Amino acid sequence: MSDPGLESLYREVILDHYKNPRGHGVIEDADAEAEGQNPLCGDEVSIYVEFGEDGETIDDVKFSGRGCAISQAATSMLMEMTKGRTADEVAALDKDELLAEIGVPLSPIRLKCAMLGLTTLKVALHKAKGTPLPAGLAGFDELDLS
Amino acid sequence: MTAGKKLDARALRADFPIFEQEFHGKPLAFLDSAASSQKPRQMLEAMNHFYETSYANVHRGVYELAERATEALEHARERMRGFVNAPHAHEVIFVRNATEALNLVAYAWGLWNLGPGDIVVVSELEHHSNFVPWQFIGGKRGAELRLLPLDDQGELDLSGLDELARGGNVKVVATNLVSNSLGTINPVDRLVAWAHDQGAIFVCDAAQAAPHMKLDVQSLGADFVAVSGHKMCGPSGAGALWGRTELLRPMEPFLTGGHMINSVRVDKTTWGELPHKFEAGTAPMAEAVGLGAAIDYLEAIGLDAIEAHEHELAAYALGRLEEVPGITLYGPPAERRAGIVSFNLDGIHPHDVAQILDLQGVAIRAGHHCCQPLMHKLGVAATNRASFYLYTLPEEIDQLVDGLYAVRKVFA
Repeated sequence: MSDPGLESLYREVILDHYKNPRGHGVIEDADAEAEGQNPLCGDEVSIYVEFGEDGETIDDVKFSGRGCAISQAATSMLMEMTKGRTADEVAALDKDELLAEIGVPLSPIRLKCAMLGLTTLKVALHKAKGTPLPAGLAGFDELDLS
Repeated sequence: MTAGKKLDARALRADFPIFEQEFHGKPLAFLDSAASSQKPRQMLEAMNHFYETSYANVHRGVYELAERATEALEHARERMRGFVNAPHAHEVIFVRNATEALNLVAYAWGLWNLGPGDIVVVSELEHHSNFVPWQFIGGKRGAELRLLPLDDQGELDLSGLDELARGGNVKVVATNLVSNSLGTINPVDRLVAWAHDQGAIFVCDAAQAAPHMKLDVQSLGADFVAVSGHKMCGPSGAGALWGRTELLRPMEPFLTGGHMINSVRVDKTTWGELPHKFEAGTAPMAEAVGLGAAIDYLEAIGLDAIEAHEHELAAYALGRLEEVPGITLYGPPAERRAGIVSFNLDGIHPHDVAQILDLQGVAIRAGHHCCQPLMHKLGVAATNRASFYLYTLPEEIDQLVDGLYAVRKVFA
């Protein structure tokens, strides 16, 4: 990683999402949900999804849990990015789309923090749809404690 | 070595090439020695010298070079025997690290001696390396795992010991001598006495103790003691298990294959003598030689002097860190801890703290320190941990404290 400096990595938008997370909370009787853990630091995130009447559109999505500014801000951004999109689309979401939103270079370790929410959301959607988890998510599912 | 001699950390730093560089334009304040220590030139040169002058596979060749290599390995074993004050060199088994040493005991002793109705007692302070093997092997054999709890000071609460023993046979008591996450120095002498009263063996994880204080397996009274070389100025990949002869002799092997045998026939293989029975395959020869040189290095400074230096740093760090607004410090007072300080800043995740500190040239650990049961007890996912060694200077602690104010500013 190039040296991002303080101002860059902890830029205003990240701190804003961290301090005022969007979509923070729990959906009771959610249509899809999963819990993910980052084994490196023990951080946990739970994601809850409610589908619209078509059973496809993500009407509401929320998250709870604890984590560092990067993981919490990235998950908060993810909530804004995915609400209103279809389950299929989000299950196949390219991580670069989220990384572009985060907008700062991340070291491999911090990349794991940033991806915790997205990975957990994908696991939730695949579980709800009964579709097999892609190879990259298979190991993640074993960590799933939900 | 003179008793009571103070070490000169500033002078010793010249032995460590790693400190010759800067990070993010600042001198490196390396406060993560509990994870792994930095390496003195003397140790690196000993390994190089071995590779350049004495390298061949040990214990097999009849030519002079192989004899020289064997001598170097056995000399390293003798250095480790003296370092832990073991009665016999054949009780010192070279392994990769303390994790392997503890797995060796769990597999080669636990798998054969544990069963339903048996109890394995570990502490809430354990590193995963002295927790998971017992959970796994004990579970496989139908034995129960019981936890020795911590009190509010981060010290082991021994008041419930006899309660723990109710409803089963305590067969193993396994704790560390020094906690890698809180720095707590545990009352192992009392635990050893209690374990032996129950007819149990005591397995001591000394990975965090060996670098910092004089280790004497005979006065400790434990039955197995595990040490990692990489935390005590040695190379990664070499550690040691010490065990009592009378326990090691009847044990089945852990890993099987080359070198550990007496004879191999299609219908039956017999095991070699100690320590070879537990050293299957080609040994980490150069690493063991490096570990021997690390022991020379530490003993020339004096373990007493290292321990005193770390106590001084721990007391200084606790005093300085206390000033930082919003800080929570974990663990016992300075006199009952090694050079390790764990803390959290209110509302700021350790990853963020460590990342911002890195930009100030300060390297600390952020995470669960392989102690998730402890983190659970503390009610946190992770902590920050600053740890010190013989080369740590008080200014590095100042650099840490200044860095924490910078962290607070970012999150203000």
